[in-house]
Amino acid sequence: MTDLSQSPAGAAPQPRKHGGSLLEKTPRTKKRNASEARFKAYGIAAITAGLIMLLILVTTIVGKGTGAFQQTFVTLKVELLEEKLDKKGNRDIEDIKKVTTFGYAPIIKAAMEAAVAEYGIETSLKPKELAGILSKDVAAQLRDYVIANPDQIGQTVEFRFLASGRVDGYMKGRVSRDSIENDKNISPAQLDLVDALAAAGVLEKTFNLDFITGADASDARPEAAGIGVSMLGSLFMMLVVLALALPIGVAASIYLEEFAPQNWLTDLIEVNISNLAAVPSIVFGILGLAVFINYMHLPTSAPLVGGLVLTLMTLPTIIISTRASLKSVPPSIRDAALGVGASKMQAVFHHVLPLAAPGILTGTIIGLAQALGETAPLLLIGMVGFIASNAPETLADGLLAPNSAMPAQIYEWAKRADPAFYERAWGGIIILLIFLVTMNTLAVILRRRFERRW
Amino acid sequence: MPTFWLVALLLALAAVGFYGGRRRAVVSAGGDVKKLHSLPAYYGYHVSLAAFVPAVGALAIWLLAQPMFIETRVSGMIPAEAVPETSTLGLVMSDVRRVAEGLDLAVEQGLLTPKEARNAIAGEQDLRGLMGEVGVALGDSVRPEVLSAAQAYRNLSNTSRTIMTAVVALLAFGGFFWAYARTHKDFRARNVVERAVLALLILAASLAILTTVGIVLSMLFETRNFFGLHSWTDFFFGSTWAPNFRGDSELSILPLLWGTLYISFIALLVAVPVGLFAAIYLSEYASGAVRSFAKPLLEILAGIPTIVYGLFALLTVGPALANLFAKGGLLGVEWMAGATSVLTAGLVMGIMLIPFVSSLSDDIINAVPQAMRDGSLGLGATKSETVRQVVMPAALPGIVGAVLLAASRAIGETMIVVMGAGAIAKFSINPLDSMTTITTRIVSQLTGDTDFASPETLVAFALGLTLFVLTLGLNVLALYIVRKYREQYE
Repeated sequence: MTDLSQSPAGAAPQPRKHGGSLLEKTPRTKKRNASEARFKAYGIAAITAGLIMLLILVTTIVGKGTGAFQQTFVTLKVELLEEKLDKKGNRDIEDIKKVTTFGYAPIIKAAMEAAVAEYGIETSLKPKELAGILSKDVAAQLRDYVIANPDQIGQTVEFRFLASGRVDGYMKGRVSRDSIENDKNISPAQLDLVDALAAAGVLEKTFNLDFITGADASDARPEAAGIGVSMLGSLFMMLVVLALALPIGVAASIYLEEFAPQNWLTDLIEVNISNLAAVPSIVFGILGLAVFINYMHLPTSAPLVGGLVLTLMTLPTIIISTRASLKSVPPSIRDAALGVGASKMQAVFHHVLPLAAPGILTGTIIGLAQALGETAPLLLIGMVGFIASNAPETLADGLLAPNSAMPAQIYEWAKRADPAFYERAWGGIIILLIFLVTMNTLAVILRRRFERRW
Repeated sequence: MPTFWLVALLLALAAVGFYGGRRRAVVSAGGDVKKLHSLPAYYGYHVSLAAFVPAVGALAIWLLAQPMFIETRVSGMIPAEAVPETSTLGLVMSDVRRVAEGLDLAVEQGLLTPKEARNAIAGEQDLRGLMGEVGVALGDSVRPEVLSAAQAYRNLSNTSRTIMTAVVALLAFGGFFWAYARTHKDFRARNVVERAVLALLILAASLAILTTVGIVLSMLFETRNFFGLHSWTDFFFGSTWAPNFRGDSELSILPLLWGTLYISFIALLVAVPVGLFAAIYLSEYASGAVRSFAKPLLEILAGIPTIVYGLFALLTVGPALANLFAKGGLLGVEWMAGATSVLTAGLVMGIMLIPFVSSLSDDIINAVPQAMRDGSLGLGATKSETVRQVVMPAALPGIVGAVLLAASRAIGETMIVVMGAGAIAKFSINPLDSMTTITTRIVSQLTGDTDFASPETLVAFALGLTLFVLTLGLNVLALYIVRKYREQYE
């Protein structure tokens, strides 16, 4: 009211500056309203931009990756000629093993010729070019079959063979007749043959389980590459992370939240944890290389080393979320436990920890999901650059034998020159994202289902 | 795997200790649990912990210290003249390790008797062929001093292993019987166990310090080696990055730093406006329904692994930009040489940082007291005027902190720049040029065949240390600003 009393006494109320009615908008009001609308529009535009980015990302991944789950196969009847595979005819497995994959080439050529003749396809291609539409993996596949079933020699057996990467690309629309002009791996005549075989139903595109369960393949055979073995590598790394990061993280959080006195040591630990959470992941890779590999001589490329590095990286995440869930347990629980004679340790371990468990679990799953997608540190400890071709058989093998991990495998494929590997990389991302979405959904469900509001 | 069996033995001993200790306590009380000082299980825990923890601790320390000890002993045995001109002690040592490993494998597979392995003399047998047979590839034939060093290495490791097993077993059984003997109905088992558990908790918490120390020490050590081989003035103030494996490389951080900062700047140019406006809209304008729909969707962007963004940059954004700006592109200009460029990496990194900026700013804007908004609105300001003139100035320090955190993320980001930015180190202001960053160079210098005695490899540690200091500085500054700002309104 002081403002009013200071105004000159007796002065008549000022008329409206711009005159006119309140209901009529002055230019200034209009300007202000327009700027309000503009401001709001910026906000909507920003959100829309973010969501559109997400949409583009998801459609790109799905659009380019689903192809990897399908593969072109050629169904052929192959006569396993005795004079080629077992010249002595005594079915001695050692003799059969002596025939290299090279020795199987004529059989495959003959099978292709037979198929062409059977469906009455006219082609000027030589037998070698006929077999060129099949994957380079076929001979090895055939040899494995013969060694496993020597009694089938001399019979005619029906096989489903992988088509070569170029043929597969043609069936999926990635390779066109224009794009192969300078390609020495495939010719237009071979594509004519592919069309004819597809029309005859010999060559078809079906679901490819091998991509999900199989091993990586060399540069020349993109059609045979799968992500299964590196998935196991990731699994073993996650086991290490879970076995180390969860107990250590929970123990550290219990100390900091329930027992730590306010002193310089506690402060130092807390500052360290919050800083470690923001250290770039590649720095953890350098640490792993310097300490675990150079100093301790643990094997390069081993999931154990990857797991150790990822443990150090995930610990801050787990500690931060565990502390939050310990903090959310009300002090009355502790007081009640102490009141009936429990020791401090008993109050924490018997009452606070079980009540905080859902929150801890949620945080752990989110930490694991983060570790699962991490790539940069794995590059430094050597989990790329080779072909992870054998699935580990024992636990020790799984931890110590060289392997890749899903994100490292995807990076490896993205580096290769053949576009057929890019499709594999996008497909691998779909699988990786399925894992991450599952884990995050699980975390959300756990939180919804068990979280208590006090 | 003897270590594995040792751990299994310790676990078994701990399990036996639990039941034994508990039983002994109950028996000493004549079967009446009420006469015990602590609950029966505590007597069991007491014996298990005493048998397990000191032994495992000794095992871990031994395994950590053993390589260092043996390395120094064995490398002291190699005379300086045995190291060829073109090689270094480190390389000779790795040969020694490989030969030792080969001998171990040969003994394991029965190609050599342990005695033959101990007494093998270089030149007498084809050791290289033998090593090849067991899967250890050697560059050239085994030289006598390498072989004798390898035999010493094997001897020392074997002795060390035997002593380790003895020490660990002694500690385990000693702890077991000591604790078992102390178990009595009047023994304060709970207090002892709780003190031990507290010590373990403190140990777990100190691991964070240990990790930081490990990071700093490992990088400092190798960085010192690097500066012993390469002048620090060239590293910090030179102008060219040209690693050359024949030696005399120019390794300057400045072009890399320029690429890093340029890409981060573009990323922030994308992320800050979008993220900030999204946060403002979500916290000031959006209805509950929009908020609960848009916020989690935006945050999905933060949960996508960086390899996905990297692939997106390499295979989608890069080619799309090349379609516009490269030779034969839609715009008919030739500003871009390939698909990798600063803009490619910067744009994609910007997308990645949007949720980071928006959720941090959202928290900060929400922390501005409602009374300030109400005051402004009550005076007749529109909502946008309130945001611009009241909320933003109040939230500014916090938002600056958030941007600094985002910048530190951008500087340390690896996969996007490895796949999207290119490999050419240069100073250029054209955002369509391919440039390289600190993190990409770390990856390329440390992958593949690395020789830890050449400056070209060691420079990665100096780069890593610089990166660590840079991001740490930004984080500390940002956290300081954010914390200071929070206190203002609490």
